[in-house]
Amino acid sequence: MATTREIEIGDSVASVAASLAEGHGIREIDGDRMVLNMGPSHPSTHGVLRIVLELDGEVITKATPDIGYLHRGDEKIAENMTYTQFIPYTDRLDYLAPLANNVAYSLAVEKLLDVHDKLPLRCQYIRVICCELARISAHLLGLGAFAMDVGALTVFLHTFTEREKIYSLCESLTGARFTTSYTRIGGVARDTPAGWIDALEKFLLEVEVNFDESEKLLTRNRIWVDRTRNVGVISREDAIDYGITGPNLRGSGVDYDVRKAHPYLIYDQLEFDVPLGSVGDCYDRYLVRMEEMRQSVRIIRQCIKGLPGGRDNQGGEAVNLDDGKIVLPPKAKVLTSMEELIHQFMLVTQGVNAPKGEIYFGAENPKGELGFYINSLGGGTPNRLKIRAPSFVNLSILPELLKGCLISDVVAILGSIDFVMGECDR
Amino acid sequence: MDAGLLSFLIFSAVKIGVVFGAVMTMFAYAVLAERKISAAIQDRVGPNRVSFPLIGSIPVIGPFLTRLGIWQPLVDGVKAFTKEDYTPEHVRKGWFWLAPMVAMVPSVLVLAVIPFGSSMDFGKVFGLDFGRQAMVIADLNVGILYTFGIVSLSVYGIVLAGYASNSKFPFLGGIRASAQMISYEIAMGMSVVPVFMIIGELNLSDIIAYQAENGWLAFPLFASKMNTDAFVLLPCMVVSFLIFTVSAFAETNRLPFDLPEAETELVSGYNTEYGSMKFAFFFMGEYIAMIAGSAMIVVLFFGGWTLPFWGLDQTADTLVKGVLQILIFVGKLSVFLGMMIWVRWMLPRFRYDQLMDLGWRRILPLALANIVLTAVLIYWNHAS
Repeated sequence: MATTREIEIGDSVASVAASLAEGHGIREIDGDRMVLNMGPSHPSTHGVLRIVLELDGEVITKATPDIGYLHRGDEKIAENMTYTQFIPYTDRLDYLAPLANNVAYSLAVEKLLDVHDKLPLRCQYIRVICCELARISAHLLGLGAFAMDVGALTVFLHTFTEREKIYSLCESLTGARFTTSYTRIGGVARDTPAGWIDALEKFLLEVEVNFDESEKLLTRNRIWVDRTRNVGVISREDAIDYGITGPNLRGSGVDYDVRKAHPYLIYDQLEFDVPLGSVGDCYDRYLVRMEEMRQSVRIIRQCIKGLPGGRDNQGGEAVNLDDGKIVLPPKAKVLTSMEELIHQFMLVTQGVNAPKGEIYFGAENPKGELGFYINSLGGGTPNRLKIRAPSFVNLSILPELLKGCLISDVVAILGSIDFVMGECDR
Repeated sequence: MDAGLLSFLIFSAVKIGVVFGAVMTMFAYAVLAERKISAAIQDRVGPNRVSFPLIGSIPVIGPFLTRLGIWQPLVDGVKAFTKEDYTPEHVRKGWFWLAPMVAMVPSVLVLAVIPFGSSMDFGKVFGLDFGRQAMVIADLNVGILYTFGIVSLSVYGIVLAGYASNSKFPFLGGIRASAQMISYEIAMGMSVVPVFMIIGELNLSDIIAYQAENGWLAFPLFASKMNTDAFVLLPCMVVSFLIFTVSAFAETNRLPFDLPEAETELVSGYNTEYGSMKFAFFFMGEYIAMIAGSAMIVVLFFGGWTLPFWGLDQTADTLVKGVLQILIFVGKLSVFLGMMIWVRWMLPRFRYDQLMDLGWRRILPLALANIVLTAVLIYWNHAS
């Protein structure tokens, strides 16, 4: 016998919507609680997150996140274009770390093509540099925005100075400051330009000074510590239960980093530490991010040292797969050789000819594990592409986390979770 | 009319006009200072675009002044005045209009009792004998009580703004303001009690006179006569000064105590629904309160208009000296104003409960203990 179950959706989101429809004037007053609509346009909801807060005085009794204001249907869009054409869309997921998204997506497609471990070494090194540069960039913004939400505006501007330098590096590497679209299936769009590695090294020296400055302003600042310590505590168990990944998970003391647990690219040959928190509060998450940036610098330094072909590729190392069916051939050859012409034609019109099958690939992005699940029926376009967005998953703990906090804690917690709505809403 | 009364009236009007004008100018340039100092702290440039028609084209000096942002306050003022004065549909109109005025007036009124210079002898001007005039608008015997009375009114403007806006974020800001400002007012009041225990006067001019003689309360070096009593009492005075300064931050709603505004939490707090001149009034209120607060610090703890060199701690015998003393006062005041601005850009914001905790459980007991300690030390000084 079939049983039916009524699902009652009597949440505060609906009630706010209803009272909005009634018109202005003091709305709701549901008993002695006040419903406060925070976002989608609010200075500290970092984009378009909306949280409906039910307040008892300044204490939150219920928090209902409402997402989807930035939904663009990226997953559906992917089904209607070739794998290569989707790369620019990945820029717009976590738009604070487009390089890392590019790398993660390309690796997913390469895993489907089963060439992900055959990539030329130089390509892998460059991709790791890109990932870590993106991590520094995203964490700098996360840190700055977190500090700004708690009231320390100066940190934000200091970290932005460094991000601007990262953008300049991106510009000379990829041609774009923000939407990089740097990787290609089977390689990268172009090799590092002359002098780029030197510029990168100079930047690393400067950014380390900046880390120290930010730490001086915050780490032992009494007000900062008071505002973040024991606020928004995510226990180890909760973190795992909610599927939280990235610095938020490690802040709770769970030793899981995709780069260590399931190494991709050359991460298994690099030396770096995975910082862990002990309590799982906002302060731990802040410290973890701070240390991760330092580790990223360490990783980049190793990559520069071991970069095959030397700084400006005097050795002439390949940066792309030597496979005409995956990587576009050089233009000069296209115009002179029949085979290359056919490859070019097929790749541009049909895309790479992916085999039938399905794969999941997760990469350690700044916000957490960015996963791509690709279901392919063969041919140049995916049948289904699912993006596991870390911000989306990390935000799922909000109702639990915000209950019992003060309004001021909401901004601290949101800042410490460090989400990007472009990725969350996709 | 009696000539004495007439000269008093005329001179009071002139003083009010000059002080108000000077404070408004200081407000405008305090905003500029805020922007320039924050820019320096944050590795930015700050306002450097506004050029004045003729002066701007003088070689060297013109571009220098432009780069300094000297003209920025002028255009800011023009902008605030010419902006559309928009009143949102849902507000409680009367109160909404009243709130900015109520917020600004008390901070201006406080200035009335602050002595900004010694007395100056003007002699006869246009046949009227002005004689010696004290450089204070109202030389009240209960100066400090008046100050506290007026300062406590300033909270009404903010609470009223929160209420009148009829909107949730301003409302929360208003509630926070009421609790915060009342709490810190008590601490502020307690912090100055030791000052009066030492001096035995409530008149601010007398406090300055005492400091001219016995050395500044919170910095008794260079006193005209070395006074060991002052050094015994120094720790108490320093504590008083610190508590007073912290409370002044809280009273003026400056970071780290800017909870009523808290732009990342409450959007813009109590003034969220305000724009154009009505917003500018809140802004003026805050900055003038900062100026008044700095002035109080200078008067109570740092000798007011006096400077212990070249006879500048004596009543002025020439006009030049009188003007110089006013400038000394403004200079000292600017130091504390600068400090207030500097602190704002260096610290995060307190949380509401932490703020209350700090006010009631740390600062207030400390202030009370300070009173007791001062009493004991004064007794000990007298006994020995």
